[in-house]
Amino acid sequence: MAALTFHYDVDGQDFSSAGEASVAVKKKLRQLGFPSDVIRRCSIAMYEGEINMVIHANGGTADVLVEPEKITIILEDHGPGIPDVELAMKEGYSTSTEAIRTMGFGAGMGLPNMKRYTESLEIETEVGVGTKLTMVVKV
Amino acid sequence: MTVQALAEALCLTPLCMPEPDREVEGGYIGDLLSWVMGNAQSGDAWITIMSNDNVVAVAVLTDVACVILSEGVTLDGRLRELAEKKGINVFSTELSSFAVGAKVAALL
Ligand SMILES: Nc1ncnc2c1ncn2[C@@H]1O[C@H](COP(=O)(O)OP(=O)(O)OP(=O)(O)O)[C@@H](O)[C@H]1O
Ligand SMILES: [Mg+2]
Repeated sequence: MAALTFHYDVDGQDFSSAGEASVAVKKKLRQLGFPSDVIRRCSIAMYEGEINMVIHANGGTADVLVEPEKITIILEDHGPGIPDVELAMKEGYSTSTEAIRTMGFGAGMGLPNMKRYTESLEIETEVGVGTKLTMVVKV
Repeated sequence: MTVQALAEALCLTPLCMPEPDREVEGGYIGDLLSWVMGNAQSGDAWITIMSNDNVVAVAVLTDVACVILSEGVTLDGRLRELAEKKGINVFSTELSSFAVGAKVAALL
């Protein structure tokens, strides 16, 4: 199988449609016949990243590269960047507003979940420029 | 036990039940969505008081068997349609999260 790629624009204004790209990817991976555990890890990790782009960075883009032995998810935004990545990675650390919390987000568990569900999570970020996350899930 | 059998045993109000034959294998109670994504298992009955679009997405991604909205929380018509379309079973109950969780645990 040659590598398959999918591209999505993630709208930073529309909170209710946030997650559509991840749900679409889940469906595609299922059609491609990947094991359910791989599908679950990929789609949850991608969703956490997608939601973060909506909540913290006013949207961005998502690219998914599907190969037989691994799935790579790249999320890129031009938001505020993350000043202290080590702190942001801590369970429970969140800068989410009260409005975001009433929607069920802001537990500070998104980045820890991404790390937990993927084989590698790379964060490139610059304050005032944006953030690029690269996640790899091995099949 | 199937989702439908569980709903009948606990007198849950079905809001939508596109997959009545899904097996319920466990349960999870939580309202913080990232927490749920980190801990709920595939096949769980997920008990929550949250009711918005993101709940439907999280139910799809975690592959839970059903969502049980506790404390009298329900879904509006648009969300009900969305859940139906995504194949997510959703029930409502007046019971507290603790009370319905205890009942689910006793049945499994
Ligand atoms: N794409 C991003 N751009 C800028 N800041 C970000 C981005 N992603 C995460 N952050 C920062 O890192 C913090 C931790 O992120 P994480 O996803 O772990 O928690 P959260 O989004 O606040 O809550 P949760 O994911 O549990 O709903 C955020 O509160 C935010 O300050
Ligand atoms: Mg997050």
